[in-house]
Amino acid sequence: MAAYLIRRLWQMIPTLLGVVLLVFFLFKYFGSDPALILGGLNASPETIESIREQLGLNKPVWEQLWIFVKQIVTFDWGKSWATNESVANLFATRLPATLTVTLPILILEVSLAIPFALAVATVRGSLTDRTVMVCTTVAVSISLLVYVILAQYIFAFRLGWFPVQGWTGNHWTNLTTYAPLPVLVAVAVSLAPQIRLYRSFFLDEIGHDYVRTARAKGMTEGTVLLKHVLRNAMIPILTNVSVLLPGVLVGSFLIEVFFSIPGLGRELLLAVNRGDYPVLQAFAIYLAALTMSFNLFVDVLYKLVDPRVVLK
Amino acid sequence: MNAVLTPSGVSAHKPASGGVWAAAWRRLKTDRVGMACMVVVGLFLVLVLLAATRLVASGWQKEVGVPNAPPTLLGPQPPEDTGTIVAPKGPNVDLSDIDPLAPRYAEWAQRAKAFKTDEIVKADTLPLGGDRLGRDVLAKVVKGAEVSIFVGLAAAVVATLIGTMLGAFSGFFGGKVGDLLEWVYNVFTAIPSILLVFAFAAIFPRGVGAVVAILALTGWTGIYRLIRAEFMKHRVREYVRSAEAIGASQWSRMFKHILPNVSHVALVQLSLHVVSFIKSEVILSYLGLGVSVDQVSWGTMLAEAQNEMILGYWWQLAAVTAFMVVFVTAFALFTDALRDALDPKLRGLE
Repeated sequence: MAAYLIRRLWQMIPTLLGVVLLVFFLFKYFGSDPALILGGLNASPETIESIREQLGLNKPVWEQLWIFVKQIVTFDWGKSWATNESVANLFATRLPATLTVTLPILILEVSLAIPFALAVATVRGSLTDRTVMVCTTVAVSISLLVYVILAQYIFAFRLGWFPVQGWTGNHWTNLTTYAPLPVLVAVAVSLAPQIRLYRSFFLDEIGHDYVRTARAKGMTEGTVLLKHVLRNAMIPILTNVSVLLPGVLVGSFLIEVFFSIPGLGRELLLAVNRGDYPVLQAFAIYLAALTMSFNLFVDVLYKLVDPRVVLK
Repeated sequence: MNAVLTPSGVSAHKPASGGVWAAAWRRLKTDRVGMACMVVVGLFLVLVLLAATRLVASGWQKEVGVPNAPPTLLGPQPPEDTGTIVAPKGPNVDLSDIDPLAPRYAEWAQRAKAFKTDEIVKADTLPLGGDRLGRDVLAKVVKGAEVSIFVGLAAAVVATLIGTMLGAFSGFFGGKVGDLLEWVYNVFTAIPSILLVFAFAAIFPRGVGAVVAILALTGWTGIYRLIRAEFMKHRVREYVRSAEAIGASQWSRMFKHILPNVSHVALVQLSLHVVSFIKSEVILSYLGLGVSVDQVSWGTMLAEAQNEMILGYWWQLAAVTAFMVVFVTAFALFTDALRDALDPKLRGLE
């Protein structure tokens, strides 16, 4: 196990290096000149020159890359160009708001999709099954934007069940007052594709011989489905969760934008619109590192779910 | 033996077997839902072509109706009490003896006659309603369909090309080339996709071409992975080894022998990506990272519709949603049918 972990961590290094190179050269050669962005429209050539000097833009490329790598390793990204807030502080203060919304979404989504999908899978081919399938196909075709616009209009503006948008410094108030509507919308939207996917996982397992054997032994349908099929279908489900897991960081940026939640996703969009390179670069690199760690974590989880899995 | 040496002589007597595509077409024809969806998609593509050649919806920017004109079915808006003072009736008071400009009125009237003014009658209702400026929502949604569907198709084609080329090289050559391309793949998939999209959006200008580039450059990874696996599988098959034995070049083996045999995978991926790219384009344009401001797409229409909703003007939202649902659903079901037809082994799994 320890050897496996060390090897996996070791393998992350070239990938991370690639991410660093990609981000560096993307902004270096395709992005506009940072000095022009920072200087503003009315900057004199001297100002631009002095900004260049300050950022080290006049140095050779490899030296700039070295500065970039040093920033990553020391977690020192300096300050946002737009707000002068330190990037580390930005990350630390926006993350709780994001997690307040995304963690309930992920938990609700997975825990609702599993029973629904199992229920639909058991009645495969029936009218219910086909109706659910058609409904999910149509539901998936509607843009997320439409759901958010309508939900905000009906439940918040017309019926007044929830505040239209807002956020406070108190986590509990956020979770109980401001988060429910965004969470409900996001779960309602992602449930349809999730059910479709999990249904196919369950159908795959139900077709196996061990299910027939279990039924032949005289086990109740409930035991077969909940003990045998569910346990075996957990592997693809876990894989799917591992795909969703990095989404807890910036995946709900649209929800954040709509409901004015001061989270990472909205900050990222602001950074794009302001041309705030330090924020974008830092987010890209650290989120990539976090994503890889999540994937490793899930691989270890496989072992716990299914003892047949051998980590090597 | 003779038959192998003179294949043309034999095939002249036997009706040639249709091959994999004809078989797929036969299977597809039996799928009624799939065929119906294909017709719907075909109609949309015709609409896109007509819009692109400016035969329909070329005047989407014209303000042909009153602001927020309701759909024809609902009838015109009731006149609002705007609180302005009622204009006095009766003839104007004759001021010509003290009006210093009076001598020139006749001359100005003469000169004004040289110019023709068109009296534009603004319609009270439009087929699907009007937007904030009185532009026809029907024309806008057709023009928006052109942009959104074009972006989806073009980005999917480019992404499939990138994914197929890289996948072919990686799967066929393996070794150093494969490792390098795997590394590139790992790098691209390590960054959360939305972040990658934002990073590209930050450095590209706004416009249709940029959206296509952003979506294609961030969306090729899944296709690459599948094509690579197919090439690895086929590379060692007998027909490829035989081709090698008779001296077929690497290039010919990759693209003349293997590619036609895995192209159904690429085709299914292509149409799967069209749907997801259309949805992404809608979101990018909504956020202002998509098409430029003088263009209309389903995303920019939804952005306008959000503000109109609060005022009770729901028709733009309804029109966009209806168009998008019909197209995307039809395309998704068509893709399912296509996949079933091309790869019968998969039928019924989804």
